[in-house]
Amino acid sequence: MGSTSAHNNEGLGRRNLIKRSAALGLIAVPTMSFLSACASSDSGGDEKVDKGKKTDKNPLGVNDSAPLEIVIFDGGFGTKYAQDAKAVYEKTYPKAQIKFSSTQKIRSQLQPRFNGGTPPDLIDNSGAEQMDMGVLVGKKQLTDLTPLLDAASIDDPSKKVRDTLRPGIVEMGQFDGDPVWIMYYAYTVYGVWYSQTALEKLDATYPENWDDMLALCAKAKKKGIAGWTYAGKHPYYIPFSLYPFIAKIGGREVLDAIDNLEPNAWKHPAVKAAFEAYYELFKKGYILKGTPSIDHIQSQTAWTKGKALFIPNGSWVENEASKTMPADFKLSVGAPSGLDGSDKLPFGTIWASGGEPFIVPKSAKNPDGGMEQLRIMLSEASSKNFTQSVKSLTALNGGTDGIELTPGLTSASAALEKAGANVVNPRLQDWYVKLQKEQIGVAGLGEMMAGRATPAETIKKIQGFADAAAKDQSIKHYKHQ
Amino acid sequence: MQHGKYRFIAGFLGAPLALYVIFVIWPFIQSIYYSFTDWTGLSPDFEMVGFDNYSRMLEDQIFWDSLGHSLLFALLLPLVTLGLALFFAFMINVGGRRRKGAAIAGVRGSSFYKVAYFFPQVLSIAIVAVLFAFAYNPNEGAINGLLRAIGLDSIQPQWLGDPDIAIWAVMAVMVWATVGFFVVLFSAGMASIPRDFYEAALLDGASRVTTFFRITIPLLWDTVQSGWVYLGILALGAESFAVVQIMTVGPGGPDYSTTVLVLYVYQTAFRDGQAGYATTIGVALLVITLAFAALVMRLGRRERLEF
Repeated sequence: MGSTSAHNNEGLGRRNLIKRSAALGLIAVPTMSFLSACASSDSGGDEKVDKGKKTDKNPLGVNDSAPLEIVIFDGGFGTKYAQDAKAVYEKTYPKAQIKFSSTQKIRSQLQPRFNGGTPPDLIDNSGAEQMDMGVLVGKKQLTDLTPLLDAASIDDPSKKVRDTLRPGIVEMGQFDGDPVWIMYYAYTVYGVWYSQTALEKLDATYPENWDDMLALCAKAKKKGIAGWTYAGKHPYYIPFSLYPFIAKIGGREVLDAIDNLEPNAWKHPAVKAAFEAYYELFKKGYILKGTPSIDHIQSQTAWTKGKALFIPNGSWVENEASKTMPADFKLSVGAPSGLDGSDKLPFGTIWASGGEPFIVPKSAKNPDGGMEQLRIMLSEASSKNFTQSVKSLTALNGGTDGIELTPGLTSASAALEKAGANVVNPRLQDWYVKLQKEQIGVAGLGEMMAGRATPAETIKKIQGFADAAAKDQSIKHYKHQ
Repeated sequence: MQHGKYRFIAGFLGAPLALYVIFVIWPFIQSIYYSFTDWTGLSPDFEMVGFDNYSRMLEDQIFWDSLGHSLLFALLLPLVTLGLALFFAFMINVGGRRRKGAAIAGVRGSSFYKVAYFFPQVLSIAIVAVLFAFAYNPNEGAINGLLRAIGLDSIQPQWLGDPDIAIWAVMAVMVWATVGFFVVLFSAGMASIPRDFYEAALLDGASRVTTFFRITIPLLWDTVQSGWVYLGILALGAESFAVVQIMTVGPGGPDYSTTVLVLYVYQTAFRDGQAGYATTIGVALLVITLAFAALVMRLGRRERLEF
């Protein structure tokens, strides 16, 4: 007799079998949960490699035969600059085995390794899949880079690395107190980007105040050119020129209060004035039609084709838009036009800050090697190599002598020089990613610039988001020191 | 003969059951467990926080928004897709003008239509989403270009940039991408319905509409019901994630107008570094998906027709 059908209670029928195996499964399931408690806490390697001997040439005491692993984000800057720097490390420490890899998917590749406790020694944590820095710092997953900053610089052993960096770079790598968790390698200038040629065709110069800006936009409109466009699908590009505009009107304390998530920070009159000025661009029809539904590449292309004069962006745009940029474009960056004579800060106030964040994980096996690689990258030779190949400044102060700068880079250097001490550095975008990108950017500014919310409504909405973020216990909060 | 039977069965069932438990049940258990922790997903340390994540979820407006959108997808997408697919399949197989010799036939060129409908199915949903994102571009996209070409210059919607239109634009893409599969599935089902049924109905003077509702639908009901469950799960899960993530502003916007639950799980886990809270939303999604499947099976139950 077969055992696949039910038969007068003798033996096990098919239905009974299924019932019983289901019951078995149900019993098995709770026992599993005890085991799953250990599933993710398998922290494999905390063993570090031995320290090497500290010498003048090797101030960090790198073990010259220890293996080193580097993972680089392969984005707008490519990987050549990092490979060139790796070659220098190999030359300095010929016995070291270096594993070098690059990816656009930093998070998918590295998150499991952080969880498993076996991350690489140096990471360029950048791009769309950037791992949240606030969380990494909050959960003590990073190595303090202070030894690197206090080590002697490669070019001038009498100087510490710390003293060779651009202003603000060290502070950007700090979150709370002294430790420096992140070394930003690139130096980005944010602002209003435009084509000098396009302005010349309109017989105009870059407007220094808002009335001139509106007049220029009106002039352009008559010729069928829009005044502005922006990355409509990523409206968090708008702050690149809007935040320094707010600082120019009301002083940098306004931005600090916003970063600190202080109550009513967004209700400051300077914020209102800046929002209303930008909203006027929409109301008068100075924004390129269709802008709210195009992405950053599409908006940059419309701009390089001459359909709009101005775009809020960062200095990477020169490299990113190079394919569609005409040869006679004469790319330039302008500091935000002021509102009027009563502005707190002078014309030239600009947002500039570090880009390409490099980190050395806490459980890296060879943290000294990771830091040494950074020290090499911060030498004048490596820095020049970077600037020449990817058209961007580095964190190293200077280091551009004797190389021919591209138009955008020249303009960015000039803008920095003009700004002098009036460089602002709003921190929302590295402290509170969700608040900055999704809430302020997409839900707030995106809606306002598309004309679907008034400045007053937008301020109320954004203040609500900021208050919620300040109250949210699941995110770590930071304050300007 | 009964001797040693249990051992025999266990021998056959043991390995598959173990695989099932490890690769299917275990992850569910793990995520339920993690939903009670403050795990970040970026570090191996975490603590139990009890029901904190659940109470937070109930107060989270974005969660409710995305839940609403997900349910809209789960209800409307099957309705529209299956309706269209049934109509197309009927026209291809049965709906044609009566010609000499054959009592029933599809419309002219039906074999071409079958291929044309199925065509989107060979494209990955990611490619479909990228293509439509270009088509929806208000200035250079094909759709507004078409509107301009036929003289409708005044109608130039923002499509994905307009919170009132975006979710419908996204849904249209999903319908476009899935309807072909069901046309082919229902065609196969209709081909297995005996032709005499139709012939008898036609002899009695039944119209095409009557044969559709009285013969085709009842005999296809099981297929339609499975399709409904399958599409609902698709709409709650991977497919809606891909199109929303790739196509919309934000993504999930403008102004949260297209956020769906799966996307919210993804953003919470990977952008915000709150894997614990993300698994909580994932558990909610699991409950909703199971409830959806149970509901459809229950509501759709009807007498089986055999032929």
